[in-house]
Amino acid sequence: MKRLILSSLLAMSLSMSPALAVNPDEVLGDPALEQRARDISIDLRCVVCRGENIDESNAPIARDLRLLVRERLVEGDSNDEVVDFVVERYGEYVLMKPNTSGANVILWAAGPVLLIVALIAGGLYLRRRSQAKETAVALSSDEEARLQELLKD
Amino acid sequence: MITELGHFALILALGVAVVQMIVPMIGAHKGWRGWMEMAVPAATIQFLLVLGSFLALTYAFVTSDFSVQLVTLNSHTAKPMLYKVSGVWGNHEGSMLLWVLIVALFGAMAAWFGGNLPQRLKARVLAVQSSISVAFLAFVLFTSNPFIRIEQPPFDGRDLNPLLQDVGLAFHPPFLYLGYVGLSMAFSFAVAALIEGRIDAAWGRWVRPWTLAAWIFLTIGIALGSWWAYYELGWGGFWFWDPVENASFMPWLFAAALLHSAIVVEKRESLKSWTILLAILAFGFSLIGTFIVRSGVITSVHAFASDPERGVFILLILALFTGGALTLFAARANTMEARGVFGFVSRESALVTNNILLAVSSFVVFVGTIWPLIGEIFDRKISVGPPFFEAAFTPFMVVLALLLPIGSMLPWKRAKLGRVVKKLVPAFVLAVAVGSLVWAIQADKTALGPIGMFLGTWLVAGAFTDLAGRTGRGTIGNRLSRATRLPRSDWGKLCAHAGFGITIMGISGLMAWSIEDIRVAQVGEPFQVSNYEVTLMGVGQEQGPNYMSTKAEIRVVRNGTSTTTLYPEKRVYPVQAMPTTEAAIANGFWRDIYVVIGDPQAGGAWAVRTFIKPFANWIWAGSIIMALGGLISLTDRRFRVAAGAAKTPMQGVPAE
Repeated sequence: MKRLILSSLLAMSLSMSPALAVNPDEVLGDPALEQRARDISIDLRCVVCRGENIDESNAPIARDLRLLVRERLVEGDSNDEVVDFVVERYGEYVLMKPNTSGANVILWAAGPVLLIVALIAGGLYLRRRSQAKETAVALSSDEEARLQELLKD
Repeated sequence: MITELGHFALILALGVAVVQMIVPMIGAHKGWRGWMEMAVPAATIQFLLVLGSFLALTYAFVTSDFSVQLVTLNSHTAKPMLYKVSGVWGNHEGSMLLWVLIVALFGAMAAWFGGNLPQRLKARVLAVQSSISVAFLAFVLFTSNPFIRIEQPPFDGRDLNPLLQDVGLAFHPPFLYLGYVGLSMAFSFAVAALIEGRIDAAWGRWVRPWTLAAWIFLTIGIALGSWWAYYELGWGGFWFWDPVENASFMPWLFAAALLHSAIVVEKRESLKSWTILLAILAFGFSLIGTFIVRSGVITSVHAFASDPERGVFILLILALFTGGALTLFAARANTMEARGVFGFVSRESALVTNNILLAVSSFVVFVGTIWPLIGEIFDRKISVGPPFFEAAFTPFMVVLALLLPIGSMLPWKRAKLGRVVKKLVPAFVLAVAVGSLVWAIQADKTALGPIGMFLGTWLVAGAFTDLAGRTGRGTIGNRLSRATRLPRSDWGKLCAHAGFGITIMGISGLMAWSIEDIRVAQVGEPFQVSNYEVTLMGVGQEQGPNYMSTKAEIRVVRNGTSTTTLYPEKRVYPVQAMPTTEAAIANGFWRDIYVVIGDPQAGGAWAVRTFIKPFANWIWAGSIIMALGGLISLTDRRFRVAAGAAKTPMQGVPAE
């Protein structure tokens, strides 16, 4: 635990221990199939790492997942079928891009909804300012006193 | 002995900070001059005490005093001197001490350079700033004391995480903290103004330089971190939407918004209460960032729950300061009467749009960052990774970039859209031309590349059109000489906006056209990656100061002519038993060649990863230009005059 806290600044570094992620022996012979495998890999999370996808990670489990993805692709699965297969086994935690089921709707809608609210509020403010009359600026008594003082010199 | 003195100085600093928090505030309320004036020496003394404490800890690291627990855990005698020093803040306790040092530094700077501030406002600002010091000094002393000794010191330390033993990362935290904490000044000014119940154009002028400075530091800090990730982590990524990164990105977005809304306060006396709110939120997000990074809460709720002391303390600080300030805001905001009147199409409305886009995009990042946490509360394990942020955040930046050149040229009060748009036609045509050219020549038909190049060109050309428009009419010579006499803030604006464009080009170019090649390379057998012929010449072993290295020699020949030799390394740091990859990069204007050496394969071959990364340097060049723009703007005459006004007697004010 101590180490965990100490390393929170270093969290990025811990999560991203470097090395070759995809090893040459994993690469599929068919470039089109390999490209599909890479595209799928980017959206799948390495379950033991922090914030790394399986394409970047050099953890053994990530390698297993990469091989699994390629295996399914060779078997003839579509991209979605491969992802569904992995999610079924490892849970939705592996999805880098959360789906829109249940409460996740809030996550996806937060930006657009907030933008609309902000635009309406901003629009109302702008309308008020454009219809307001320029207020005459009166000096406060402090400022009046200071002005008199300055004028004396 | 020196360690104990450092500890003692820190305790004294807390005492001074408590006094500085209370006395000037009462003085300002009652109008007692002497009580208000004590804030200035107190701020200086507080800063010197914390500085002394920080130097004491640095001394312990430099001399490798392993009787200090923190040094044992994070240092090693064989470590190069630079990393002994950077090891001071390469850990929780030391970095929090650095944080406190910077809070005190900013307070002291406000005391030193705030000669022309009204006495009451100054006393209140310094008191509020000191209350932040109190909170964090208490946090350091009670939960994260860096000066704890060990009874039986070991012969050597456990070394710093090798990934952190790097020049880019050595200076990354100090810059970030200067940025985070710099926003505390804007916060202190906002709270002081709320207590005062008054805010005017002068307030905007005082707040802006502090916000600008904080934003510059954040820009540099974030750029350094991203540059480090690019060359150190071994696959050339530059931004991961990691919670720790987002923690620094949210305050940056808010600082950018605040920077712009403070202009409206300064020039037009509008948007006052919104600016105050932004100042509170910007610092609030700095605190949230600190909480995220320091508590470990994002790693897992359970990790947080098992050792909650520090996290809860920061959460309390966060709740106290943002909650308190927001309550004060709710009570006082309606006393901020706006004065300026402006039309629907005006610079003011453009800046409102800027603020909406920056603030909402920052909230999107925030929601994405904490969503896994919320999910965990409902027993659902969710990941929110780069694909989400790319989909949810990027549109805001695209719209911002589209509107920026137009908005930045609109006149104040009431503008005619047609007139501005007409001036920007050449810039738009140029941008479309660049976009289509890129579309035509790119190998894979991606949309990202051309759109990014279009937006970037549009921003850069728009920024120059803006500046050119301010030089009036006449011959080119006349206009050029007028351009040199323009206020520096105009030049700063040019740089900042153009830098943003260059960064957009870099990001989209890199993401759209990166080429990757993974293979088993035989020594001496060339292979082709894009236009480059790559040959692994040999691999050898080397001994570094505190690591062992496997170093490869790789020759890259372009079109059979220009040759570059690269030396990628794989290092093992025995003390931490941790391998690191040192990618070798041939930096170029249009592209980087990036090679990484992997594991040995059967038959004397090696795994080699080669990347061609187009436009990579543009990302950081753009960031540096943005920061430079801020710096130029910071030296603008009106800030210098404002700062120097106290020393020179008033000469009479020129009519505007």
